[in-house]
Amino acid sequence: MNSNDRRLPAGGRIDRMRPIGFSFDGRTLNGYQGDTLASALLANGITLTGRSFKYHRPRGTFSAGPEEPNALVTLGTGGRREPNLPATALELAQGMIAESQNRWPSLGFDLQSVNGLFAPFLSAGFYYKTFMGPTRRAWMFYEHFIRRAAGLGRAGTERDPDRYEVRHAFADVAIVGGGPAGLSAARAAAYAGSDVALIEQDFLLGGQLLSERSDGEAAAWLKAIETELAGLPNVTVRRRTMAFGIYDGNTLALIERNDDPVVQGAARQVFIMLRARAVIFAAGAIERPLVFSNNDRPGVMLTSAARTYFNRFAVLPGENILVATTNDGAYRAAIDLAAAGARVTIADQRSILPAGLAEEARRLNIAIRSGTQIADLRGGHAVKAAKFAGPGGNSEIACDLVCVSGGWSPTVHLTSHLGVRPVYRDDMDGFVPGGLPAGHFGAGSMMGRFSTADAIDSGHRAGIEATAFCGKSAAAPAPARLDLGEAATDAFRAIPSIVRGKAFVDFQMDVTTKDIELAHREGYESVEHLKRYTTLGMGTEQGKTSNFAALSAMAALRQETIPQTGTTTFRPPYAPVAIGALAGRSVGRHFKPIRRTPMHDWHVANGADMLEVGLWMRPYFYRVAGRDVNEAYVAEMRMVRGAAGLMDISTLGKIDVQGPDAAIFLDRVYANGFAKLPVGRARYGVMLRDDGIVFDDGTTTRLSENRFFMTTSTAKAADVLSRLEFLLDTAWPELRVAVTSVSDEWATMSVAGPKSRDVLAAAFPGLDVSNEALPHMGFIETEFAGRALRIIRLSYSGERAYEIYVGATAGEKVWRHLLEVGAAFGLRPYGVEALGALRVEKGHVAGPEIDGRTTLDDLGLGRMAAKRTGFVGDVLRRRPAFQAPNRQRLVGLECAEEGKRLRGGAILFIPGDTVAGHGRGRITSVTFSPELGRYVGLALLAADVAAEGSEVFATYPMKAETVRARIVSPVFLDPKGERLHG
Amino acid sequence: MLRIECPCCGLRDHDEFRYGGDASITRPGHDDPDPEAWYRYVYVRKNPPGPHREFWQHVTGCRQWLVVERDTRDHAIASVGFARKTRA
Repeated sequence: MNSNDRRLPAGGRIDRMRPIGFSFDGRTLNGYQGDTLASALLANGITLTGRSFKYHRPRGTFSAGPEEPNALVTLGTGGRREPNLPATALELAQGMIAESQNRWPSLGFDLQSVNGLFAPFLSAGFYYKTFMGPTRRAWMFYEHFIRRAAGLGRAGTERDPDRYEVRHAFADVAIVGGGPAGLSAARAAAYAGSDVALIEQDFLLGGQLLSERSDGEAAAWLKAIETELAGLPNVTVRRRTMAFGIYDGNTLALIERNDDPVVQGAARQVFIMLRARAVIFAAGAIERPLVFSNNDRPGVMLTSAARTYFNRFAVLPGENILVATTNDGAYRAAIDLAAAGARVTIADQRSILPAGLAEEARRLNIAIRSGTQIADLRGGHAVKAAKFAGPGGNSEIACDLVCVSGGWSPTVHLTSHLGVRPVYRDDMDGFVPGGLPAGHFGAGSMMGRFSTADAIDSGHRAGIEATAFCGKSAAAPAPARLDLGEAATDAFRAIPSIVRGKAFVDFQMDVTTKDIELAHREGYESVEHLKRYTTLGMGTEQGKTSNFAALSAMAALRQETIPQTGTTTFRPPYAPVAIGALAGRSVGRHFKPIRRTPMHDWHVANGADMLEVGLWMRPYFYRVAGRDVNEAYVAEMRMVRGAAGLMDISTLGKIDVQGPDAAIFLDRVYANGFAKLPVGRARYGVMLRDDGIVFDDGTTTRLSENRFFMTTSTAKAADVLSRLEFLLDTAWPELRVAVTSVSDEWATMSVAGPKSRDVLAAAFPGLDVSNEALPHMGFIETEFAGRALRIIRLSYSGERAYEIYVGATAGEKVWRHLLEVGAAFGLRPYGVEALGALRVEKGHVAGPEIDGRTTLDDLGLGRMAAKRTGFVGDVLRRRPAFQAPNRQRLVGLECAEEGKRLRGGAILFIPGDTVAGHGRGRITSVTFSPELGRYVGLALLAADVAAEGSEVFATYPMKAETVRARIVSPVFLDPKGERLHG
Repeated sequence: MLRIECPCCGLRDHDEFRYGGDASITRPGHDDPDPEAWYRYVYVRKNPPGPHREFWQHVTGCRQWLVVERDTRDHAIASVGFARKTRA
């Protein structure tokens, strides 16, 4: 079961006393504490880890970090299933369940690898050229099959059982990268007096130092500085934390992983917004692959990765190793691997070899071929042999591992997120961050300082400079020296060599040199077009390994230099981010706050079906009235029209308006006048926006000379208050008025129906509620059980009705009291569906009509403001366009066909119209009217075809329905308002 | 990622604020009958790259309307003050 036959008997940063069991594609395997999933797979001799995106070619582990293009796995099962994770960046954990991706039926035998045989048809732009444009219908048909064949892992469909968090953190100096430069920077900044946050994606600090021998001087240096940092109280080290973006205000976006398995009680991932006064980028560099035929075979690996697997994880990834390079760095890997007993050959594209390293290599029996490059590889599921091109002529050697190194590319992603474009440097043939803005500093290889000694030195200086930027300057003693003798920079541009078959530039997206040639031939030669045409760099690793090879290929085709060709824009995120982490706890019921009225518990306990209305929970209908909403709302309507109903309207916005200029203020914010409203009376009011469109409606009651009580619609409560505050703070500061939200202070309920006055009289026996004392639009204030009680006689339903306001905590008490004494009169509660239906019958406009596009005239309310000026929106409501003869205006519609119904959203046409497009108008609100025995509705209809009595067609394409409707007055019921008065 | 130094409540995350548009334009008098003036006030904006005076309201804080000078290129905030200069 546990072979680990590629594992070395000693060395590495793994704990052989702590074996870890895991599974890969159903096979049970063992690794050790300290392994990544990739290193454990390699230790077990598993070199085939995935199938490629388009061609389903076999692929193996290519890197040892988050830049991995090939070894992507799906982790976990059920709701914890997470696809497309690089095995190379996953810390091995007990019980880990990993699956390879994009293969069927199995990794070793994949039926869709025949895609490779049709490769000529799958080149860049193929899908679009073939299926889009004139043959677009074909795409509709083929899309399903294509998406199945090409792709990566699939996400789980079950609910994720784990918890995620969003946190804020702060630091003087944030340092991205815990390699030698970052460690040195953290140390210096901490000594100099900064609060330091050191961010490292790996579960160990050290960066490239972890790829050095685990018992050498690099390891000793690392251990010493880790101890030193642990002793500095102003340093916070965040391991397993990926800085995926930097945003304005020096805000770093971090993801901290505690998963696989989730630590008991901890959040699986934490999204941290880290705000720092200064940021030091020490993100290192990523090795470049080489381009040659079949360079994607399993067994091809970045040279630095092979060295990491050997030194850090004690895995010998091959026994017969070919190292193909353009630079000195690869020699160090070759020497390490040869010293462990592997047979090693170096193929160096350069003809002048580094004398010292070459000599050291030869002492270990490493054969070196200068001026030689790989032309082709043999082997299907594992590399078997390499063919060379070069002055030595064509020859072939057997090998089981090919290490490639085309030089190094600084990790310029993060510094580019704020728009700082990378700049090309000749001496290293690569891009480094451009001019960093104030407060941003760089160190180590991402700034082109590739040697360890230089990285430590530049980190130290960045730490001091960043701290000085924060205004602190305590002395920071120089760090311990570590010189590993690397060359400063290399600038030999790798030469591609293609003799037969595909040579991949972007492994993950299956982009080959031929695709780049095709893009160039077809005119997609700007790098941004190249990217989109070929999908280059658009995989989960965003082209971390492919970018430079692609740029050099395009530059060569355009016969330009690389800086002339330019580079694509890097955008966040640097690495894939789980949406769950960004959401944190804002999921399910916590996605948004829930607002409950004071009577909420009563509704729930008494059979109400609750409905979400914005943030509010409101009773939709009550089960006592019917089995479903359609049955119940009609019964509830009959109850209100026939006896009395009680409705919870606590959700209305309520604003207390006070001050000597309160009446003037209301006169300006409402389209209709309020200055002359007598004390103790209420008035319906409509507010406009500055552009002349209706904003909101409600009622305002004059409590005393200088005090008003305003209500707004439920939906616009917050907007109206904010707007009133805006006008008082910015436009009319001279008005002595204060506005205060009292929405949550008052529980509110409405008693409506012919028996409503009887209910009131019985409920409040000491109170005169006669028509004389409390007429329509009248107001009285009293007390109930020691609490203030306001009654305003207002109607929304068209029946005689009273709004009752009481302190929120007494809401349920008054509600119960009313139902108790009201039972004798037939009083029962009703829900929002009946409420909406009642107002449609009465022709009152609401949200569906006040939709941000309609004017007073459109809604038939123009007369309210006919003789007024000087209020908000007055001037622009008079625009000529609003007076157009075909302007859509409010009308009533009656269903003219027996047994059929109207539907909200139906499009209106007149006889003779072609039924297409937006029609002449639309139905906004619909209800079945028990009074009229048919469906009625409100509609917005072009005024030039809206004569009462004529007919329209209402078409509802979703259900392929068309029904005839008759245009009538929008007030279907009691047009004279006799039910309200008296 | 913005933070705004509310003169009443201190440095607060922008989640607590509501944006209120360009503060450099002058609102016509409430009884100004000129459609052109209202058209300019409602619709005409400069949208400059650089410093921009704009209204923000501290809705989940003191509810004051503020005038914030923000650089539209990098969100750097140069100044924050109350929109209401005088108390009535």
